[in-house]
Amino acid sequence: MAFINGIGLISPQNTLDPDSFLQNIVEQTADYLKCVDPLYKSFLDPLLARRMSRLIKMGIVSAKVSLSDAGCSMPDAIITGTGLGSVEDTEKILGEITKDERFLNPTPFIQSTYNTISSQIAINFKCHGYNSTYVHRSFSFESGIQDALLQLKEGFSKNVLVGGIDEMTLNHLQITRRLGLWKMNPVHNLSLLKTKTPGALAGEGSGFFLVSSLKGNRCYAILSGALTIYRPKTIDDLDDKTSAFLSIYGLQKNDVDIIISGISGDSNWDSLYHDYTSKVFPGKPVSWFKHLSGEYYTATAFALWMAANMIKRQVYPEIVRYNDLYPSRIKNILIYNHFKGINHSFILVRH
Amino acid sequence: MPRRIFITGLGIISSIGYNLQETFESLMLGRSGIGEITYLPTALRGELPAGEVKATHQQLFSLAGIPEQEGYSRNTLLGIIAANEAFNHARMSYNSSIKTGLISATTVGGMDKCELFYEDFLTNDNHNIYIAAYECADSTEKIADHLNLSEYITTISTACSSSANAILLGARLIRNGLLDRVLAGGCEALTKFHINGFSSLKILDKELCKPFDEKRNGINLGEGGAFIVLESEDSLKVTNNPVICELIGWGNACEAFHQTASSPDGIGAFLSMEKALTMSGLRKNQIDYINAHGTGTDNNDLSEGKALERLFGKELPRFSSTKPFTGHTTSAAGSTEAIISILSLIHQVIWPNLNFRSPIPELGFSPVSSLLRNIPVTTVMSNSFGFGGNDTSLIFTKV
Repeated sequence: MAFINGIGLISPQNTLDPDSFLQNIVEQTADYLKCVDPLYKSFLDPLLARRMSRLIKMGIVSAKVSLSDAGCSMPDAIITGTGLGSVEDTEKILGEITKDERFLNPTPFIQSTYNTISSQIAINFKCHGYNSTYVHRSFSFESGIQDALLQLKEGFSKNVLVGGIDEMTLNHLQITRRLGLWKMNPVHNLSLLKTKTPGALAGEGSGFFLVSSLKGNRCYAILSGALTIYRPKTIDDLDDKTSAFLSIYGLQKNDVDIIISGISGDSNWDSLYHDYTSKVFPGKPVSWFKHLSGEYYTATAFALWMAANMIKRQVYPEIVRYNDLYPSRIKNILIYNHFKGINHSFILVRH
Repeated sequence: MPRRIFITGLGIISSIGYNLQETFESLMLGRSGIGEITYLPTALRGELPAGEVKATHQQLFSLAGIPEQEGYSRNTLLGIIAANEAFNHARMSYNSSIKTGLISATTVGGMDKCELFYEDFLTNDNHNIYIAAYECADSTEKIADHLNLSEYITTISTACSSSANAILLGARLIRNGLLDRVLAGGCEALTKFHINGFSSLKILDKELCKPFDEKRNGINLGEGGAFIVLESEDSLKVTNNPVICELIGWGNACEAFHQTASSPDGIGAFLSMEKALTMSGLRKNQIDYINAHGTGTDNNDLSEGKALERLFGKELPRFSSTKPFTGHTTSAAGSTEAIISILSLIHQVIWPNLNFRSPIPELGFSPVSSLLRNIPVTTVMSNSFGFGGNDTSLIFTKV
């Protein structure tokens, strides 16, 4: 377990200010939900920022905000989860080499490697500590959390910066639409559930969390653990694994106050969430967030930000309620997400 | 007591062999796998040498023992071949009492197919099956499905230290009791994407690479896959596997200096080696051989050399870079060279740093340049460093 002492989240909502929580909801009708870009030059050296791709800027700024939120000047370890890495830079290179090899501009190549975000953050803070990057679809952020908690348990680190970050581009959206992942037409994000069509509404975001072995002054909540499950056979299998996961922390299913579910408005896959929550957590408040964040491989970083704030502020905003049940207390929140029924994950957050 | 980590299986494919035995033979014979590019359809053919796996896509299917089909990148096939060999070596099979994980590593994933079909991705539905190959997880999940591993899987990407970090994570998960057995490693296929990328940075040698040589002039890229099986003592009680060696130290540090260049004093390399050595509890003079990262670039070899000098001083162990054999297999380099280091332990030999003539003046020391046989080798260190300053060192010892 770890204390979540600071958070920096850039998302399609106004989330970067640690003093506000889900006020001024951004409503839009769009092909995908794009992040609200902060004024990067107020966080970064403009000379350096000009050469950085947008993804790297998002990563560094959200990392900086999480550290200043926690009042920490230097993390002991930096861990990033990213399902797709630097899509924009990779597309630039693919565009060039499929036309003509040889005359490649080196900058997109330098920035295209998945570990660029973690290492640029390290360069920014001059942090020589442990540094790693997880790149496994919707397990990316959860694998990062597991590593961060292990770092703290091993005692090598006291403050670990862990984040989930992914970007979307129109080009990548069009390519991956061929796989049936996304809605084929622009969608009004707050009306996502009314579409009842296949495909999710794509999104993007960068959420970094300073998690520590000691409780900080602005501590949000306790990050207990994360679990990834690859190709579970049945809902019963997921049910058993949920109970086993909760029991590690001395909890039973009934102790969970809110389930934040990864419901994405995709008529092909949302039934799996409904089957899970109705079987495993009947009568429990179910929350959702992908109408605010959009769907992306590390979207659970948005959900973790939400869970941490709900616990710290003891609020359950109407905009994220999926069913009409209200919890009697906000103590234990379980985030449940899956990608195409293959990659399932849980994150447990506690008061 | 933290749990100990034993190595019980090895699997490798690279330009010097399709399997462990062939790799060993090539190393013994001083047979490099680097030559003119013949498999990758690139405009750089004839201009740059590389260490290609000597097999077409069809031949890789046959080596993997799976019927030829759509959806498999070269990267995935290399991963399956190496993972399969390690899996069989350690006689792995499902056992509910041994919690088993798969940790793989790659940097450009199935880019070989993406660059081939990118125009199609943009304009038509002809090759949709390869769109997901862009994602690093694609090869890992195909390996997992092929070997029926599902209890824990993930993918790491830290550029050229990726598969060393896969081994490191596997070791940490076992040490802390989260897993009992892990198949860890990585794979990378040569692609136009990264050969042109490295070329744009002007760090590829047009001749054979010469790590740690005064006149070194860059990298020869390679490709391959390499996996090792790590087991806890509890797992060994069930599998009764013979122990090949033990992983007793690891260190991961970040240069925090530059996205593609190493710092002049090699701070990241120094810290990763120092962490690994401290963890092993050994004295400096107990390391018998270091398989260096030694890419052959001006920058890396000087920086790594400075770090070796700073850490070991006058007690510098014998060291060499084996990249002149295999080429730099990028994400697969960490696990490839971990296996080559382990072969040094098994056979009591020290591998030569091919193509070496004269030492770097700023360093004044030389790698081992010819094969040393019948040398007592009890403990070896393997270094893997990556773009972004992601540096990792591993220490293996005989049991």
